[in-house]
Amino acid sequence: MIGDNHDGVRLTRRRFLQVVAGTAGALVVGIRLADATDAPVPPALLGDTLYGLGPFVRIDTDGNVIIGARDPDTGTGTTTSLPRIIADELDADWTRVSVVPLGLGVEDDNGKPRWTYGHQTSGLGNSIPAAWGDLREVGALARWLLLQAAARRLGVPADRLRCEAGNVIAPDGRRFSYGSLAEAASKVTPPTSPVPLKTPDRYTLIGHPAGTVDARAVVTGEAIYTLDSYAGDMLTAVLSHCPWPDGSLDHLDTTDTLAVTGVVKVVQLKPEAGQPPGHTVRSPAVAVLADSTWAALQGRAKLKLQWKPGSQSESSAWFEQQAADLVNNKDAAPTTRVRNDGDVDAASKKAAHRVDATYVQPWLAHATSEPMNCVVHIDKDSATLVVPTQSPQDAWHVVQRLTGLSPAQIQISVPRVGGGYGRRFDHDYVAEAVMLAKAAEKPVKLMWTREEDMSQDFYRSACVHKLNATLDGKRQIVSWNQRMASASAFAHRGVPDNRLWTSEVDAHQLPAGLVPNLRSDWYSLPSAMPRGLARGMPHVSNAFAVESFVDEIAHSLKEDPLVTRLRLLGVPRQIPLEEGQTLDTGRLINVLKLVADRIEWKNWLRTVNGLGIACWYVDGAYVAHAVEASLQGDRLNIERAVCAVDVGRVVNPKGLEGQVAGATLDALSTALNLSVTYKDSQVQQRNWKDYPLASMAQLPDTTEVILVPSELEPTGASFLAMPTAAPALANAVFRVSAVRVRRLPLMKELLRML
Amino acid sequence: MAQVQDPILTPHPTNAIVPEKVREGIDLEINGRTYRHTGDAQMPLLWYLRDILRLTGTKYSGEHGEGGHDLVLVDGKLASATHVAVADVAGKPITTVEGLAAADGKLHPLQQAFVDEDAIGCGYCTPGWLMASLDLLNRHSQPSDNEIDQLPNLCRCGCQTRVRLAIKRVASAGSHA
Repeated sequence: MIGDNHDGVRLTRRRFLQVVAGTAGALVVGIRLADATDAPVPPALLGDTLYGLGPFVRIDTDGNVIIGARDPDTGTGTTTSLPRIIADELDADWTRVSVVPLGLGVEDDNGKPRWTYGHQTSGLGNSIPAAWGDLREVGALARWLLLQAAARRLGVPADRLRCEAGNVIAPDGRRFSYGSLAEAASKVTPPTSPVPLKTPDRYTLIGHPAGTVDARAVVTGEAIYTLDSYAGDMLTAVLSHCPWPDGSLDHLDTTDTLAVTGVVKVVQLKPEAGQPPGHTVRSPAVAVLADSTWAALQGRAKLKLQWKPGSQSESSAWFEQQAADLVNNKDAAPTTRVRNDGDVDAASKKAAHRVDATYVQPWLAHATSEPMNCVVHIDKDSATLVVPTQSPQDAWHVVQRLTGLSPAQIQISVPRVGGGYGRRFDHDYVAEAVMLAKAAEKPVKLMWTREEDMSQDFYRSACVHKLNATLDGKRQIVSWNQRMASASAFAHRGVPDNRLWTSEVDAHQLPAGLVPNLRSDWYSLPSAMPRGLARGMPHVSNAFAVESFVDEIAHSLKEDPLVTRLRLLGVPRQIPLEEGQTLDTGRLINVLKLVADRIEWKNWLRTVNGLGIACWYVDGAYVAHAVEASLQGDRLNIERAVCAVDVGRVVNPKGLEGQVAGATLDALSTALNLSVTYKDSQVQQRNWKDYPLASMAQLPDTTEVILVPSELEPTGASFLAMPTAAPALANAVFRVSAVRVRRLPLMKELLRML
Repeated sequence: MAQVQDPILTPHPTNAIVPEKVREGIDLEINGRTYRHTGDAQMPLLWYLRDILRLTGTKYSGEHGEGGHDLVLVDGKLASATHVAVADVAGKPITTVEGLAAADGKLHPLQQAFVDEDAIGCGYCTPGWLMASLDLLNRHSQPSDNEIDQLPNLCRCGCQTRVRLAIKRVASAGSHA
């Protein structure tokens, strides 16, 4: 198997496995990231409380197994998939497994934080690859210890025993439950050499479908999100933010607010100078603190306040015009030449055929269901927080700076999170909550209203792509020139100037490696609009432009766009890309053909409905979409959406199917309806009606998901199905309406052009 | 040794006993239980459920309840808990997502269908989908796709197609009481 590592536990200097005896004879196993010399056992782990459980397995004498899930679950399914990776190596009985979300793992390393659980982020598509690298070892070690304990009890060598669903089975068929072996196993000396990992033919959970582990809690309303958390004697805070990021407070009268029953205090918040975006308050704000949410909201409504604009007066229309001007100005030097293969200028001069198009994509918001919020309790020597975050380690830095506490004095728990999509890598709301808890000298729950959430986001920049391609007489693309202009999400965030493009365009993106002369230029546009990470960046915007453009090339050649794509991909082969990546055109061809077959692409020319197709490569994973659309008057119906993904080995097929279906619908919804606009540096969207996620009627009735079976190392998938859905839709819309949508949102453009 | 009587057992003179006043308030019937709200009568039901009863399955996602995260049944009809004040629902039977499962913990067929179809993304909008779907099934035991299309809920995780499957699963099983 390529790239897979089944030769044994990989113990490095920075990481070692740890075995401890828990209470009541429990066996507890974890990994520690540490300098091996001192590795105290977290006392909480040894007690009856589960708080502080590591990326650990705990096997109790009654046979119950508790597995910690280290990555926040924003709907990506990591609280199901990561524990199953451990449970499979352990040969645990999944029906006896409980999963506990771990919260932040941090220890004091001479005043510096030491992250005890290693990887702890959500939504970057790397939870499973990281877990594949280290969490399997935890399960394997626990199983090895149980086998040793059983071998001693039976007086037979361990290699004559086998494990199955929470039992060790002796050669004579006798079964010993893990629970009955846990105490003895906790006293076995851990191995000095690596213990073997399972071979894939023995997987019982990996590759088998499992539903969301806390589904029951979700459907009964018992799942507790941060906004559902209450600290004793807590105040609830709601905010009124300045609509201008660089504005200031002009006038404030709190008389009526303070007269509202239950309102306790009004506090002003300001961004701290010198802090990067997402580390401090985003915009000046006035907070109303009250003994209930309702009182706080009433108090906020009664604030008499006036904001003063800052020096910025930008509009989204101006921004888009600047971007278009840049990519259309042949003399403008790019900020970064991201890629330059062959000689585009020389090749394009000899061309038999030339295609040009420009694509405009709008500003976007995150629009998480659960608005920004945070619960903070600060004491003299401790801070306890509940944070809906995608990166608890980043949140810790904000809390530490604002409280001055030492690493282990800060506890951050992360319950199930109501959507992330990149928004929760910025912790402006955590900074606000900590400041308010300090000012109030009481526990505080901060809740952003939807209006604040919509208008105080870290947005995705609008962008303009100008694409030119030239083809030779044999319909081969000989040159490809991409010019893209946008405002980097990484600006002012400590990323060096020569790397700002990395949030906007991928150096490996299609058709890199497939066209001999290929250039990708990025033009940086300044903008005062706060920006941040967005789901599927930079792939989503680029795939829309590139995969629409391939369709336009096919149309200009008067041929089937699947044929054009297959010619571009050529024979199945491995194309090395920089940074250790390899594009396997065979895998890309495979996903394309799978969706084409499923949607009956052979009818492409004949069907009255429009068929559209698109494919993309994302960091080792492959995706294709085929969409069927119909048009009745000005009503667009997405009849079918088919998606095939090849992510290497699939850990949880049901979970992956959900991610793929979900990302497909998210991408369609975004492309159909959504844009953020601003005038005078003020965002104009305030509520769901201004930022209308697609209704059920707009979306397809089903999402057909095809998972490619594979033995290859697993890759991430949380946003994999985002990039190709929108271009496949736009290509289908072109077939059914003859309108080539080169500007999003699609519905607005389609209705304008029809 | 002389017994010293515990002062707590000393009977009060009867004229010192003042019965506590019955607290005036709004009687609410939520998931089959009765509550008396003695605070602000204009408090939206949403905040009464969440902040006071700690029935947090009904979610906040916006001032206007547009996303359908705050849906409950009042008198059997779908209602936005943001839009009804406690005073408006006095005495009317209210069902929240916490009231769907049977007393013995057995899930409602619709809840079970959501679990079986894994119709869950981040799960924050799920209670709202459940309440709206339940209302739909109450009105149409075999809803058409067009009727399902009318559900008011929003979801960015993209659980819509799986919700549709869950509703159809219940409809085809005829298991919706």
